[in-house]
Amino acid sequence: MTDFERRSIISGIGQSDVGRRLGRTGLDLTIDAALAAVADAGLTLADVDGLATYPGAGLGGAGFAGPGSPEVHEALRLKLSWHSGGIEGAAQLAAVQNAVLAVGAGLARHVLVYRTVTESTEQGSGGRQGIGMGGLGMGGGGKVPKMGGQFQWNIPFRAYSAANWLALNAQRHFHEFGTTSEQMAMIAINARRNAGLNPMAVYRDPMTLDDYFASRMISTPFHLFDCDAPVDGSTAVIVSAAEHAPNVDHPVARVEAMGTALRGRPSWDQFDDLTTMAARDAGAQLWTRTDLTPDDVDVAELYDGFSFLTMTWLEALGFCAKGESGPFIEGGTRIALDGQIPVNTHGGQLSAGRLHGFGFVHEAVLQLRGEGGARQVPGKTVEVAAVANGGGPIAGAMLLTREA
Amino acid sequence: MADAPFRVLPLIDDENRFFWTAGEDGRLRFLRCQSCGYYLHPPIPRCPECGSREVAPEAVSGRGEVFSVTVNHHPWDGGTEPYAIAIVAFPEQADLRMTSNVVGCPPEDVRIGMPVQVTFEARDDVWFPLFETVEAE
Repeated sequence: MTDFERRSIISGIGQSDVGRRLGRTGLDLTIDAALAAVADAGLTLADVDGLATYPGAGLGGAGFAGPGSPEVHEALRLKLSWHSGGIEGAAQLAAVQNAVLAVGAGLARHVLVYRTVTESTEQGSGGRQGIGMGGLGMGGGGKVPKMGGQFQWNIPFRAYSAANWLALNAQRHFHEFGTTSEQMAMIAINARRNAGLNPMAVYRDPMTLDDYFASRMISTPFHLFDCDAPVDGSTAVIVSAAEHAPNVDHPVARVEAMGTALRGRPSWDQFDDLTTMAARDAGAQLWTRTDLTPDDVDVAELYDGFSFLTMTWLEALGFCAKGESGPFIEGGTRIALDGQIPVNTHGGQLSAGRLHGFGFVHEAVLQLRGEGGARQVPGKTVEVAAVANGGGPIAGAMLLTREA
Repeated sequence: MADAPFRVLPLIDDENRFFWTAGEDGRLRFLRCQSCGYYLHPPIPRCPECGSREVAPEAVSGRGEVFSVTVNHHPWDGGTEPYAIAIVAFPEQADLRMTSNVVGCPPEDVRIGMPVQVTFEARDDVWFPLFETVEAE
């Protein structure tokens, strides 16, 4: 138990238009999201004294990075006490966690945190062609450079994408625990079911098990519908000092605990347990920093860059035992909106679009505020939300609570 | 077997040259601590087990076992034929493994636990260590 995280709240959230091939720049979308979040927090730009983003400018494949913090700083003419951007850390959530650390340390009082993608426009192929290349930028034509660094150990073997690397994790999970494709499909089907209730989601038509199996194979056991959908969009949140909560005209999300640990080797194929990946460490650490337990959680927004990752987060955060996520999600009732632990209530990245981690934060806060609309978890006030980002050697988790 | 597929070449430097050219004499090599015998892969200049800086390439048997395998169907590099990407584990050490391809058989026939043996595919000045299924010893 620690009180450090509890010094921070998420006081406001904002999102730009989200969609396929919007044809707008990342900075343009980011300004929309930022202004919406600042207003939602009951603030003006003059109040914002901190800025954080993931991953920072210029990294990864086309449309992956979004604008760096200096571009947003300049565009909004912020006066900053603290700023940070980077890709190394506890997944995309690292940007939010860094803001919590800065607020807790007193370096900033209101931190604008954002994540922007324009992968749909940049990939520009139309339809559902794009699968993330793991941010490696193989597309776009031209001469392929020789591969150095960590990716020389998989790219030359034609393992080009996180779809391949994580398929190896999934296959090992299937082998060790008897997990099946029919079980894994429920992550995608549940996401689509929830997306049908979310007007912002990019894929809303109902999906059956037959539809799932009819989608083309990408890398066994991943079908296309196990892979998230590239979109354009920006999500922003305001991490504020907790003393600000009474000034906001809606409930806020108090930060209860964070998980940032990475105790295994930081590698896609050398991590000691392929079936858990780094989620194991971040998930376990989260519960050491709170008196709450998995039974207290009302909604779980768990990264689904690939459907299998949501399963590993269910295990890592203790919603089911190690290796038992397959039987746990079988039939889809436990993870449904009215189930034991509603999962990815907005449709996840599989159906609401690949906002790359921050969509889950946004949705968790909406649910805590009771503003989920048709997809609000029914029959109870959502008091505790779990958020997790990442896969492979990249993992971060947060626990948020409702503060009215 | 079909023509050799497209492959991204590794960027060879003094640290990794031994690995990517090991196929020249047909022997798979990993860096090994000369003090405690621990294999280090990918290569690093200090043994994480004992701290020794005395590390050097050593040949291994080249036999291993499929630890995990996926059959890729997506034409990332333009190739439309499915192929098997595997993590191969080696008997020399519990945590010694590498990502590679299992070739020479239909990719859908490759299973976790299958014994495999290294084979090399030469391209320019690089020998890609790939694996073929073999009978269990």
